[in-house]
Amino acid sequence: MILDPLQQLGRKGLAYFGRLGRGHLFLMQTLAAVPGLVLRPGLVIRQLHSVGVLTLLIILVSGLFVGMVLGLQGYNTLVDFGAEESLGVVVALSLVRELGPVVAALLFAGRAGSALTAEIGLMKATEQLSGMEMMAVDPIRRVVAPRFVAGFISMPLLAAIFSIVGVYGGYFVGVGLLGVDDGAFWSQMQAKVDLNDDVYNGVIKSFVFGFVAVWIAVFEGYDTVPTSEGVSRATTRTVVHTALAVLGLDFVLTALMFGD
Amino acid sequence: MENAVRETGRNGQQAVVQVRGLVFSRGERMIFDGVDLDIERGKVTAIMGPSGTGKTTLLKLIGGQLRPTAGTIVVDGENVHELATRDLYRLRQRMGMMFQSGALLTDLDVYANVAFPIREHTDLPETLVRDLVLMKLQAVGLRGAAGLMPAELSGGMARRVAMARAIALDPMMVLYDEPFTGQDPISMGILVKLIRELNDALGLTSIVVSHDVQETAAIADYAYLLSDGKVVDQGAPEMLWKSASDWSQQFLNGEPDGPVAFHYPARPFRDDLMQGGRSR
Repeated sequence: MILDPLQQLGRKGLAYFGRLGRGHLFLMQTLAAVPGLVLRPGLVIRQLHSVGVLTLLIILVSGLFVGMVLGLQGYNTLVDFGAEESLGVVVALSLVRELGPVVAALLFAGRAGSALTAEIGLMKATEQLSGMEMMAVDPIRRVVAPRFVAGFISMPLLAAIFSIVGVYGGYFVGVGLLGVDDGAFWSQMQAKVDLNDDVYNGVIKSFVFGFVAVWIAVFEGYDTVPTSEGVSRATTRTVVHTALAVLGLDFVLTALMFGD
Repeated sequence: MENAVRETGRNGQQAVVQVRGLVFSRGERMIFDGVDLDIERGKVTAIMGPSGTGKTTLLKLIGGQLRPTAGTIVVDGENVHELATRDLYRLRQRMGMMFQSGALLTDLDVYANVAFPIREHTDLPETLVRDLVLMKLQAVGLRGAAGLMPAELSGGMARRVAMARAIALDPMMVLYDEPFTGQDPISMGILVKLIRELNDALGLTSIVVSHDVQETAAIADYAYLLSDGKVVDQGAPEMLWKSASDWSQQFLNGEPDGPVAFHYPARPFRDDLMQGGRSR
């Protein structure tokens, strides 16, 4: 009786590490299947559409609003110090270093990641993956790897688009509505945003977040319990785990990149 | 030499599948406990038994999708569970499987579903692929449905498409998982006819897993009855009807009580009633 909670804890621990191991083996298998896609680019292009292009709208709209809010908040703070002409720098650095990669990854998990998990999970529940195996077609090569590559390529592009649109959102509010000087907005941004320190580091972040987000999404789908409840749980897990992983990794990467 | 010995099955006939001493369990639940069976080349062999006896599991074991706890499964002279992945996939190209759900790829239309294995495994020009697909669809009577999506098909049509896909690569053997479940009489009649005719016309070996006794017995050359992880009876269907086994009689005649009890195991009814208002 006393040992019951201990036993349960042990069981949960074993299940957790078992799953972690499966996830890594799955990643190895997926990465091993990636070179084969060179011969079948059509599979990746099709997924680039459903993973990348269909996520574009939410990225554009969200990026615009985030940039507008940054412009408004930044202006209200900077104007107290008479430094409102630095608004362009504030908006650009916030987006390029942090908000672009992070928010784009969170939106990516909500829109594309959950869709990937649900799609692969339902393919498993309806025996389509099993059917492929029996037709001597490896589902990891045919289904998982193209989606993985498409997600990995899409994520940095979406983060870049998010940041660009966000800068224009900040410009619209700061320059268009609040009267910040047009030339100062752009010139300060040009002078203070460094290509290596800021832009490249942001791009590295978005690649890392993309890798993790799409890995979680395809693994959760492939490892789902093949029932409607199982697919529902897997989809939820994708969004939650990706959000936690992205925010945790963001801290680690920020510390490595910008911590002195 | 070993393979040659293994390929000789029941009555000295050539066996395309030989299962010996098969043991398989899921957790603490034993699914198969020492099953031996032979599937003869060119014949339709039925695997029958109540729901939950592991009939579908047996097909997955034969196809190498599951690994047995003990025992061997030899298909066309190759020990399935000793094969490297590449060789297993090569063996699967010589097998077709029709899943209970059809397992059609929902993002592809009927034509593309049947073309799928051909496109994946051959470099045939598209005109030839088209001819092959139309031939397979013609064989199952669905050439006219080539442009439909899986969601637009009835259950019977979906299984016929799955059947066309299963024979797309001209396999040596087709595995049918519960092909008749939930079918209306017309669809069932079509499926029964197709399984037998395709087997004979294409020189296939067919394994039909089912609990639909009448339909399966009508087309099978040989049948195995499974229960509680063992083969409880076997023989030509007409012989099984005359079997002395109480279990076989109960199963084949659909009797509600017998060796398979009507009541799920429980403590005496009197004890439960005497418990009064107390909850269990």
